[in-house]
Amino acid sequence: MVQHHQTHFNASFAAVADATRRGVLEQLARADASITDLADRFDMTLTGMKKHVGVLELAGLVTTEKVGRVRTCRIGPCRLEEEMEWISRYREVWDARFDALDRVVDELKRKDKLRRRQKKSRTP
Amino acid sequence: MNKRTTVQRKSDREVVVTRTVDAPARLVFEAWTKADLFKQWWVPKSMGMTLRSCDLDVRVGGGYRLLFGADPANTMAFFGKYLEVVPSSRLVWTNEESGDAGPVTTLTLDEKDGRTLIVLTERYPTKEALDAAGTGAQDAMHETFGQLDELLVTLGATAG
Repeated sequence: MVQHHQTHFNASFAAVADATRRGVLEQLARADASITDLADRFDMTLTGMKKHVGVLELAGLVTTEKVGRVRTCRIGPCRLEEEMEWISRYREVWDARFDALDRVVDELKRKDKLRRRQKKSRTP
Repeated sequence: MNKRTTVQRKSDREVVVTRTVDAPARLVFEAWTKADLFKQWWVPKSMGMTLRSCDLDVRVGGGYRLLFGADPANTMAFFGKYLEVVPSSRLVWTNEESGDAGPVTTLTLDEKDGRTLIVLTERYPTKEALDAAGTGAQDAMHETFGQLDELLVTLGATAG
């Protein structure tokens, strides 16, 4: 289960690491489109676009459905944005916390140095 | 020095936070276990909350209790107990304010050349509990793919 989730996550990241695929996701967020529509819009061959959509589909970011001769693509069930948002908020909290920790630890370091120096000067 | 805070969802129940601090592990441990130091950083101003009191009984089986809120009428308590305490290196505690839904937090400190790598793992009992944890009261905000790009850079190492 753990392994599965990690794999899924990596697939998601890999899927959006490509500019065209991000464009496709943006496009599909606005409206469903066929592979042909997408290939035209991104000035690509049908085969090339099929590959990109395939990667997005594997990651769960896009689903496709063939009706007659047309394969329609739409945004899939994987909520990558929600996951990213979640991480982003989590990170914000910890980042602020650690910045504050840095200040406290710096102060401790300063006192520590002072203590050592005093100790040293006391030793004959 | 790299001062970046990284956050990674290790599994559907686990989230891992890392950060490097330019100080020996024993000082980081001190800041984490002495109440008067702890309360200076655990709730930074930007969080918009006031930490009214903070009791830490740092020993195996000992409890901690943090009280938030401006006055006794509007108080929120966070509490739990320490499961493992290894000075300057490891601290494990429970988070019991939300009953069974709370995570178990593991802190490890790894010192190298006077610097300390902090690795904090929060393990939730269920995926749902983890999903609910980060959301707070904020409205879901629509993120642009530009912001997504920034995040991906930050999380670069995560993708493997």
